[in-house]
Amino acid sequence: MQSRSMTLDDLKPGQKGTISSISGVGPLVQRLMALGLLEGSEIAMLRKALGGDPVEVEVMGYALSLRRDEARRIEVVTGDAV
Amino acid sequence: MPSEAAAEARPPPQSFHGSRATIAVIGNPNTGKSTLFNSLTGLRQKTANYPGVTVERHTGIAMLGDQEVVLIDLPGAYSLAAQSPDEMVAIDVLMGGEVELEPPDTILIVVDAANLRRNLFLVSQILELGKPVVVALNMADLADRKGIRIDCEELAMLLDSAVVPFVATVGRGIDELKQALADALEQGPANRPLVMPEVRRAAKTIARGLPNAGRTALEYQTERAIIDDGGEAEKRLANLGGDEVAGKILEIRSSVGGDESLAAVEAKRRYIGIDYIMKRVETRGKPVQSIFAQADRVTNHPLIGAILFVLVMGTVFQAVFSWATPIMDFIDAGTSWLGGSVRVLLPAGALSSLLVDGIIAGVGSVIVFLPQILILFAFIIFLEDSGYMARAAFLMDRLMRQCGLSGQSFIPMLSSFACAVPGIMATRIIPNRRDRIATILAAPFMTCSARLPVYALLISAFIPQQHFFFGIINLQGLVLFGLYMLGIFAGIFTALLLKRSALKGPTPTFLIELPPYRLPNLKSMLIRLFDRGKIFLVRAGTIIFTVAVVVWALAYFPRTAAIADQFDVERAAAATILNEEALTARLTEINNAETSAYLEQSYLGRMGKTVQPLFAPLGWDWKVSAAVIASFPAREVVVAVLGTIYSVGSDVDETDARLANRLRSATWPSGQPVFTLGMAVGLLIFYAFCLQCAATIAIMRRETNGWTWPIFAWAYMTTLGYLGALLANQLGS
Repeated sequence: MQSRSMTLDDLKPGQKGTISSISGVGPLVQRLMALGLLEGSEIAMLRKALGGDPVEVEVMGYALSLRRDEARRIEVVTGDAV
Repeated sequence: MPSEAAAEARPPPQSFHGSRATIAVIGNPNTGKSTLFNSLTGLRQKTANYPGVTVERHTGIAMLGDQEVVLIDLPGAYSLAAQSPDEMVAIDVLMGGEVELEPPDTILIVVDAANLRRNLFLVSQILELGKPVVVALNMADLADRKGIRIDCEELAMLLDSAVVPFVATVGRGIDELKQALADALEQGPANRPLVMPEVRRAAKTIARGLPNAGRTALEYQTERAIIDDGGEAEKRLANLGGDEVAGKILEIRSSVGGDESLAAVEAKRRYIGIDYIMKRVETRGKPVQSIFAQADRVTNHPLIGAILFVLVMGTVFQAVFSWATPIMDFIDAGTSWLGGSVRVLLPAGALSSLLVDGIIAGVGSVIVFLPQILILFAFIIFLEDSGYMARAAFLMDRLMRQCGLSGQSFIPMLSSFACAVPGIMATRIIPNRRDRIATILAAPFMTCSARLPVYALLISAFIPQQHFFFGIINLQGLVLFGLYMLGIFAGIFTALLLKRSALKGPTPTFLIELPPYRLPNLKSMLIRLFDRGKIFLVRAGTIIFTVAVVVWALAYFPRTAAIADQFDVERAAAATILNEEALTARLTEINNAETSAYLEQSYLGRMGKTVQPLFAPLGWDWKVSAAVIASFPAREVVVAVLGTIYSVGSDVDETDARLANRLRSATWPSGQPVFTLGMAVGLLIFYAFCLQCAATIAIMRRETNGWTWPIFAWAYMTTLGYLGALLANQLGS
């Protein structure tokens, strides 16, 4: 299986990934990082609300909700091949 | 970790202000912070506002052995990086940044053991403030549930601070925590390693050149300003230091961070340190899955979750509306009974009327809200503490975003259908200030229970009983439904309008933690419920009461002897010709007519006549105008005032057919009916829009911490009501 790059909102419920980068600067990104969403952090999509927005993810063992626009700023890598 | 001393140039240990030491309590949201705060302080709490922001200043008194200390409860936060004035409160309190606040002597950080890694981010920031710190580690049941073991001694050593495990619900660790706090108060400033030493150095240099130089608060603000690009500290510093300081900050940012933002550098460095600690203190056993951990599969499920949500909200709505009704009726009955008794005991006159119609009725109109407020808040606190509130926000976010708001605005809006007062009080769960104010302004448009009597009276009097669709739909019900929809649309319109103008700004983030479900602590719930009730009675109560007495005085004075004489003559005449039963009926009639005559020449009646030209385009005569003026403090009063003016007696309610009949037969001097269909519909629209509620205005002032928004809301809603009524009356005639 090939590793491919996508954004967090592309993950399907139950799918896991590793954060490869977070685009942009400013308050949102700073908040995400304080919450433990850093490059290299593992992240899992738990579920999506109706219409796929907002989404619920698991990071560092806790559940976090964020909007699709916010999730789009987070690039993730999935798949077992590295 | 870098090892530069944090406390090298700090002042000597803080003196206790007064005889009491202060301890600031901080922690991530959902760590059991408020439960711990309540278990340390009990009912000895005070709630006020910080100047200039909408955050509550929550303090309490705790006993450490025989030493009395003041605990300051800070809002839950994940980081000290502040992005709004409200978030800046944490730094201001911790460092003594606000002029009138002295910095605390010790900081108590509440940490959720089940989420140690994320919690340590804030801990590592707090440790750098150079104060004695006590870490309270909430073990609750979660750490055990996830099979996590934490070595507290090792953690204490690595953090260079006391670490005390506790479980607030069973009282475990509370004595040890008090002992640790007492010990910490004896300590001087702490000398701990910094994560960003080069930034601290630069901040000190910059702060030295600023007005008020030498204050450690300023140094720390400068440090945050350098790190938090676009944050609140940077804005404050720009006001203080101008372009020169802004230039220096940019220089430091690029020299320390290079291509990377300092926020990213800070996060990475802190998490490197945190991971080092985590490896040494935490062991994860075999996780035991609880039913609560699985619950999100159901409660956040797109379909089942939505159905469950409707059921939960339906229950809350039903409870606030119907459970409160018997208690409210009981309070109403109690008020009338008390008023009746006083009227019998005291001789008729100004004193009796002041007590009965002014004070007892005024106090009654305040207390009558209390059942709804307490029932609603019991639900809100339960939903919040159990973790469901975050799910509600998750489920409703998309829908509420269409109205320019966020998921967190849903509960306050829904609550406002019972009463805008608890609805506005519930906006405290909205972290973003602009969203919060937009919600507060939209909330009073929702059809509250006080509008119902007005609607019921006017609809039963002027909307014909007609049925459509084989009798399923009835016109009166349809009009009532229309009025509810009108309120909803006006609220949404207002929120959208504000979010596109005065409250315009970047879309707030919607990062909310969905904490594991847990059973709330009853004692903590009751203390918070007590606090909400007290806030309402004290803050809103005083304003409502004052306004009630003023309106009473306007309606009572002046009293002229001529009227009394005229009706005495009538009474005497009736007594000579009528027998007992007919006499009683006739006397009631005469008394009602007398009250009505007094009202006509009272200041209120004169005001009605004076402003009547203004309301003439709406089709209102002086009587309706006076009733509307009298109902500005509380809209439901209009029924009683109309009862008095149309001399049916002031103890009428909306189901009284006599009043409806009098309204229908009211005429202008020319013989034309006053209440045409257009005018009546206009009056309904006026009551749907207008902010006739002193309690709402009082609570708006409290929650927005100023008069600007309540005054704007009042003017805006009154204008909207006037235009709506004008349109309806003109179209109808």
